[in-house]
Amino acid sequence: MLTKRIIPCLDVKGGRVVKGTSFVQLRDAGDPVELSSFYYREGADELVFLDITATPEGRDTMVDVVERISEEVFMPLTVGGGLHSIADMRRMLMAGADKVSINTAAVLNSSLIGESADKFGNQCIVVAIDAKRVESGNQPQWEVYIYSGQESTGIDALDWAKQVVKLGAGELLLTSMDADGHRAGYDIELTRAVSEAVSVPVIASGGAGTLEDLYQALVSGRADAVLAASIFHYGVYSIRETKEYLAKRGIPIRV
Amino acid sequence: MIAIVDYGAGNLRSVVNAITRLGYQPKITSSPGELFHAQAVILPGVGAAPDTMTSLKKLGLTRPIGQLIAEGHPFLGVCIGLQVLFIGTEEGGWHECLGIIPGRVKKLPSKFKVPHMGWNQVKQRISHPVFEGIPDAANFYFVHSYYVEPDDKSLVAGETDYGIPICSVITRGKLVATQFHPEKSGEFGLRLYDNFIKLALATSIRGNNIKC
Repeated sequence: MLTKRIIPCLDVKGGRVVKGTSFVQLRDAGDPVELSSFYYREGADELVFLDITATPEGRDTMVDVVERISEEVFMPLTVGGGLHSIADMRRMLMAGADKVSINTAAVLNSSLIGESADKFGNQCIVVAIDAKRVESGNQPQWEVYIYSGQESTGIDALDWAKQVVKLGAGELLLTSMDADGHRAGYDIELTRAVSEAVSVPVIASGGAGTLEDLYQALVSGRADAVLAASIFHYGVYSIRETKEYLAKRGIPIRV
Repeated sequence: MIAIVDYGAGNLRSVVNAITRLGYQPKITSSPGELFHAQAVILPGVGAAPDTMTSLKKLGLTRPIGQLIAEGHPFLGVCIGLQVLFIGTEEGGWHECLGIIPGRVKKLPSKFKVPHMGWNQVKQRISHPVFEGIPDAANFYFVHSYYVEPDDKSLVAGETDYGIPICSVITRGKLVATQFHPEKSGEFGLRLYDNFIKLALATSIRGNNIKC
């Protein structure tokens, strides 16, 4: 039986992990290579890197970081942030990334989804969707935001999810902007609505505060994977105890 | 010498990293001469089988690969490197493949999410040296939308459940191929590569004991 994936997310800026981490057992918790090795040994199922560097020099650094990580850890790696072209994506994949994630670029130029899926295969192309609730009638609705949540698009998140899958996305990384950073649980309604609407795996993101939150995203939200940053980075929960907890509650987990 | 076939596969680097981690210095090559000279050949692969076939044809590698396997050279195919060994694939219509193993490559049924992406258990159907030190039903990392169906079920060494039983490992003599990605499957994945290489070096028809 396919297991549910537990995915720590690392924000990287200029080759360093930002959003401080509190692992006393690491010599340098800001080193993405060392932190990746730590999560690998802990039993994480996959790693997502978000490159929040805005400059071309920073991009070169990220390529180098991915190269070094792929020499150390033997697990799937997804890299996103600032990838706008087939050439950008190819560099990351050749450096050792297994998947690339696009967000703003997919909205601004949706043909990039199909072109990259044709080039690298659907399984390589993750479309990240930042969604925010809009006040409406009885039915909940969400709107797609781009530029790291700075700009609204007027696009309905459910419609967009279906469209990007049709265009060739092999996986969705779905972040609730309302829940993100609050550690009060994922947006279950959003996660479930998207997961039921598409035929590809959905990674739930934004809002993890407790292990119960992860459980709910997987069960009520029907997510295929859960992504979290701060609860892992700040050592609130280890990957190991997270997986033991979920396994005990009957979730198929690789332990 | 361990050769890894270079035809532009997306996971080439990861496979090289894994083999390097095990202490070998793999040769990345698309030269048939070098492949015949190697003690073991690994065919990586990820993405689409028809594209892989196009690349292999362009490089003049389809016949050499068939000949290597026919002559009993140790050979390991990974993911698309497994699928292209078959007669043909349903992917993108119908595309002929290498025809080394009788059987076809079919689309996964849509009752579960496709691609089949993530860690899933490999049930060992036979006892084989590539499984040494790997527990039965250990998890390996899968990512694929098509699956192989060999005519001869006795070739199925490992099986994985995804709504239907999927053939996840085949073995035939010194030919081994996996649907999952050992290079992305943590310590058990590395172990499988190591087992294969040790087996290859021990039984290589060019049997010498040079570790390189």
